[in-house]
Amino acid sequence: MVQPDLQTVRLSNGKEITVHTQLFINNEFVPGHGPLIETINPATEEVICSVHSADKQDVDAAVNAAATCFKDTWRKVAPAEKARLIHKLADLMERDRDELATLDALDNGKAFTVARDVDITDSIACYRYFAGWADKIHGKTIDTTFDKLCYTRHEALGVVGAVIPWNYPTMMAAWKFAPALAAGNCIVMKTSEITPLPAYKFAALVKEAGFPAGVVNIITGYGHTTGSFLGSHPLVSKMAFTGSTATGRKIMESSSSSNLKKLQLELGGKSAQIVCADADLDKAAEWSCGGIFNNHGQSCNAGSRILVHESVHDQFLELFIKHTKAMIKIGDPFDEDTFQGPQISKGQFEKILNYIEIGKKEGAIVSYGGKRWGNKGYYIEPTVFTNCHNQMRVMREEIFGPVVVIAKFKTIEEAIDIANDSDYGLAGGVYTTDLDTAITVTNEVKTGTMWVNCFDVFDQSTPFGGYKQSGFGKELGKYALQEYTQVKVVKILRSSKI
Amino acid sequence: MSSFITELTAPNGYNVTVNTGLFINNEFVAGAHTIETVNPSTGEVITSVQAAEAEQVDLAVEAAHKAFYGGWKTTNARERAHLMHKLADLVQRDGEDIAHLETMDNGKPLRDSRNFDITGVVGQLRYFAGFCDKLHGKVIETEGKLSYTVHEPIGVCAGIIPWNVPIAMLAWKIAPALATGNTIVIKSSEVTPLSALKMAELIKEAGFPPGVVNIITGYGNKAGEALSRHMKVSKVAFTGSTATGRAIMKAAAETNLKKVTLELGGKSPNIIFDDVENLDEAVFWSRMGIYWNAGQMCSAGSRIYVQEGIYDQFIEKFKAMALSGKIGNPFDEDTFQGPQVSEIQFKRVMDYIELGKKEGATCYIGGKRSGSQGYFIEPTMFTDVKPDMRIMKEEIFGPVVAISKFKDVDDVVAQANDTTYGLAASVFTSNIKRAITVSNALEAGSVWVNCYNLVSENSPFGGYKQSGIGRENGEYALSEYTQIKAIKINVGNPF
Repeated sequence: MVQPDLQTVRLSNGKEITVHTQLFINNEFVPGHGPLIETINPATEEVICSVHSADKQDVDAAVNAAATCFKDTWRKVAPAEKARLIHKLADLMERDRDELATLDALDNGKAFTVARDVDITDSIACYRYFAGWADKIHGKTIDTTFDKLCYTRHEALGVVGAVIPWNYPTMMAAWKFAPALAAGNCIVMKTSEITPLPAYKFAALVKEAGFPAGVVNIITGYGHTTGSFLGSHPLVSKMAFTGSTATGRKIMESSSSSNLKKLQLELGGKSAQIVCADADLDKAAEWSCGGIFNNHGQSCNAGSRILVHESVHDQFLELFIKHTKAMIKIGDPFDEDTFQGPQISKGQFEKILNYIEIGKKEGAIVSYGGKRWGNKGYYIEPTVFTNCHNQMRVMREEIFGPVVVIAKFKTIEEAIDIANDSDYGLAGGVYTTDLDTAITVTNEVKTGTMWVNCFDVFDQSTPFGGYKQSGFGKELGKYALQEYTQVKVVKILRSSKI
Repeated sequence: MSSFITELTAPNGYNVTVNTGLFINNEFVAGAHTIETVNPSTGEVITSVQAAEAEQVDLAVEAAHKAFYGGWKTTNARERAHLMHKLADLVQRDGEDIAHLETMDNGKPLRDSRNFDITGVVGQLRYFAGFCDKLHGKVIETEGKLSYTVHEPIGVCAGIIPWNVPIAMLAWKIAPALATGNTIVIKSSEVTPLSALKMAELIKEAGFPPGVVNIITGYGNKAGEALSRHMKVSKVAFTGSTATGRAIMKAAAETNLKKVTLELGGKSPNIIFDDVENLDEAVFWSRMGIYWNAGQMCSAGSRIYVQEGIYDQFIEKFKAMALSGKIGNPFDEDTFQGPQVSEIQFKRVMDYIELGKKEGATCYIGGKRSGSQGYFIEPTMFTDVKPDMRIMKEEIFGPVVAISKFKDVDDVVAQANDTTYGLAASVFTSNIKRAITVSNALEAGSVWVNCYNLVSENSPFGGYKQSGIGRENGEYALSEYTQIKAIKINVGNPF
């Protein structure tokens, strides 16, 4: 018997909600031919429900739906109409904000208030931002020789494949959907099999908003099966991926052996926050605390290394721990006071605890936290390691949990060298009141984003993406549009030229 | 100087010297072994050059890395522009030397080496020199913050270039790379190493600091592979076959996820409608589109679709035009077509000609070797072709064209797009509505209307689909050689 699409699930406060569990292809919820996958509530360690997953024939069906829709329908829709549809989608997300936030909190474990006020709010803003670009995708006319009319068109790619992670389910989907749609593409998105529920609710809104069938297709499944089928599909013109560096490599290899599809990778990080002697220490402590502990440390751009000038180290540490205690209330995601919920899964939970052990063995000192919180759910205390140096594994490897490593530096040049001593290059920050220091450090640190006197502050309009092995390509901002278009130059010769 | 300076005499008596060492850190040094380079007009060895393997690649990359962080990164933009203009001046001064080397090594007519390749190199360098001090980020309005982007150089770039337009392809890589502040290691093709080595001398003379530009000869599977896998190379730009393009992307995936741009093969369709204003013009461009450079162009218009009303006329005019071109000694002023670049390429093209005959196409003209010395192939026309023939689907890279008849526009556009390639295409018509509708519908990075192969340094060039990733030339090229950093300074936001 095929599991019906709609399932009823129970929340920890006793409320019940209905969720979609089938694949969303061509504006319909259809059963998948892959295995049913259980999705777990990380706050309770219990199964929420099972969802359908996509096998090769389902991926094929989704890609073909997108390809047909692009060819017959979507590419002929006027840009202003595309914008109107995206705005309508944003309106519906506003209407159903609480339900979307509930699903993010239930499936991912993040606090409901954070899901509502950050994830869903920013996702809606992202759709509205890119809706505004839909009718402003400009080519150029280029003066070459007097007898030619030469111009470029920035055309949609066609079918875009997207693979998104579990750390910001609705928002990671928005960062891919919004520019892809604004640039005129059709999409097949594979959500993480760990957090499949939010996107299926979103899918229902896509249909309600009036998008033609096949513009947006949402499936879920394992990376090594469903993701792999999508990444190697000959009709997919581009893969946009956010996730681990290891999987990013696989996607690039897959492109090289299939159809050389264009790629965009947003991968891991080990971003350094540099606290200078002249920083406002209390503000630096507050911002840097959020910089690592936001989203339970499960951010690619987490400021997971803090480098503090030796003259202010002890003072800073005291303030940092003070802010950690005040800010980080751990608890049930649906509790209004909760700041930090559980880590996403048993696997991640064990991985983080293992890194804490590694840190201790390497000689780092646990100045705060360092263990599990409670005895049900994948909760870990916010953890502070001090006495660290940059050769330690806990200073080099991405932990992806609420664990920060703090090291000292003597000179600003040393801090810059330590910050750059990493294969990653996603983000970084500096806390200082000196203009020269701010400009020097932001120039010299090799990352795609540098924050000054703040951290983890995002806007829809500024580009985000890594240097080095943190990936390539930009999300957000006008820069994202070029990831979703291809350039054609047309050269018309006016007169006889033999 | 070093001991690799070699005196050569071109078949027309012109004397030119070239330094055959590996150009690393502004010095010519020994390689791991030597490679002989052959004159394809005669089949005879011109000279041997030093060739790089992994060890020499490492030296070159280290030199480029040291140069980047040792001063090039912070070199004033105007100074970069000055050096690029100086290099362009020297290329103009020594244009005859470079053109002779190019024609000896590649076989393209000397007239073309002078008028297109050298001219193109000078234009490329001067165009991008002008961009050095015009690399703009943005200031982006955000609440409570000063947010801005900077477009920084990537660092050490690798350029792996082909043998079909050697010196031009070198310029297409170094010009945007240098303008945006990168350092570069170029691996030239082992089939045509000489013009790049002459360029190396000029780079040193122009005053570029050691290590900023390094030029090494080597085999793809040795030096090319080492460059693609090197952990200190942050970006690789490749022009060549699709098969090698895949290998380079795979190498990048397995190592440091370096940025990759690829300019690969093509099977470009040339569509001629019966309302073309001047059929002779269409014939002129179509012939240039396939037989130029002995068909060795990634953008070659190797499939021609002629609307049935003018088909017979077109075939006769095209045949006459094709047969009117002289094939022979590329040093003769009136030669149109030189040899294929090598024995391997010659055999490959001849095999495709045999295949075309076996597949049942009609070999209308040509189809055989020209002369008995050197790798010359007669301009060849296949008619009565079917869409599923291999000569209609696979890139031949020689003076072989497949000509089809068509009835209506929807059918021909579908056939034109029915390929995994997407590099270029063309439309011949006098009807504006048709010109624009068809050019919109064609899945190609360059669409020419009433012309073919008109390429310039200021308009973008690159492929759709499996013809490649990224764009060369024009302002578009700058984004392939820069990385974007967003800086956000908090001026008013509380936590």
